[in-house]
Amino acid sequence: MTTTPTPPLRYVYAVCRPFGGVLPEGAAGITGEPPRLLHHDGLVAVVDAVPAEEFDEGPLRARLEDLDWLSATARGHDAVVASLTAVTSPLPLRLATVCRDDSGVRRLLDEGRDRFVRALERLDGRVEWGVKVHARKEATAGPRTPAGSPSGAVGGREYLRRRLRERDGREEARRRAEAVGRELHARLSAYAEATAVHPPQDSRLTGDAEAVNVLNAAYLVPRERAEGFVALVGEVADSDGVRVELTGPWAAYSFAGIAEAAEPGTGTAGPEPSGPAPEASGAASGPGGAREGAA
Amino acid sequence: MTTPGRPPAPFASDGGGSNLADILERVLDKGVVIAGDIRINLLDIELLTIKLRLVVASVERAEEMGIDWWRHDPALSSHARRDSLASENEELRRRLAELEERTA
Repeated sequence: MTTTPTPPLRYVYAVCRPFGGVLPEGAAGITGEPPRLLHHDGLVAVVDAVPAEEFDEGPLRARLEDLDWLSATARGHDAVVASLTAVTSPLPLRLATVCRDDSGVRRLLDEGRDRFVRALERLDGRVEWGVKVHARKEATAGPRTPAGSPSGAVGGREYLRRRLRERDGREEARRRAEAVGRELHARLSAYAEATAVHPPQDSRLTGDAEAVNVLNAAYLVPRERAEGFVALVGEVADSDGVRVELTGPWAAYSFAGIAEAAEPGTGTAGPEPSGPAPEASGAASGPGGAREGAA
Repeated sequence: MTTPGRPPAPFASDGGGSNLADILERVLDKGVVIAGDIRINLLDIELLTIKLRLVVASVERAEEMGIDWWRHDPALSSHARRDSLASENEELRRRLAELEERTA
């Protein structure tokens, strides 16, 4: 197995059911080449050959901390998964799932078969939509005098009052945005099959420093209901001081983990009739705090 | 805008595809974790560490981002932020009242 010095490794993007179409042109993955479909016993793994110099355990750890490399790899990963989403309902794997060779990929499909099949059934024909609600920091603060600006020629008391008004205005805007977010989330949850509330994103990460993220949620929606879902989001778009952002359709990233876990709350009766599947359930329910609000 | 039964055109917050923060949120934290017969096995904690380091890196890189919010708010919880704002607000009110009393 280790006869050649560094044979390429197998990077696995997603697991799918066999699908009719082909990957759209330009579905270049992390290597810049279109990935390959590895059929095995009723399942398809979407794989790329990647150099061991980059993706073996040691180098990978170092690379993951390289922002440029990580960004490019994450985009490549998502590009493939997104292109799969156009032709099927893939089960997205987490970044940097790497096997030694093709037979390792086949073993992965064999060992995870029950979980994969269950999850694929659950996600079939569904996509994920992301909805974020932001409060604008500037909202209702009125014309803002730069601190210490002499232009107003205001007394100290008036200055403090103004600052207080600004602060109250911001608080007020946030409260309103949170109310909008709660209501929207309730309506969207009723519409979606499953929901996941993620921690709010820091606005500096998204490049919009003037907004405070008060809702960051994902919804699992059947494709045929997408139009209705989008319309529902559109109804509350951008009222004063509140910005509503819709992203998607995504592969069901936020629900793949839920599907592979014991599916809490979905009414799955009792212990699952799982075969040799103790391998990943522990990892799946790890410390990731982002699953609150899961169906 | 969208056609039922067919994936609608993607919505994204910027022209060059989806927001990197959104992609990383999903690709790093979500999706299926395999801990079976694979070569590289990065579990949640390590990914979170990477994510934090990534944030640090982007903070250092973009100067306007130089705030250490993740230290005070490791869970990235909105509640902590709200609480601190509320207490700051309270403190401000208290000081304002004090000032007004003195100047009245």
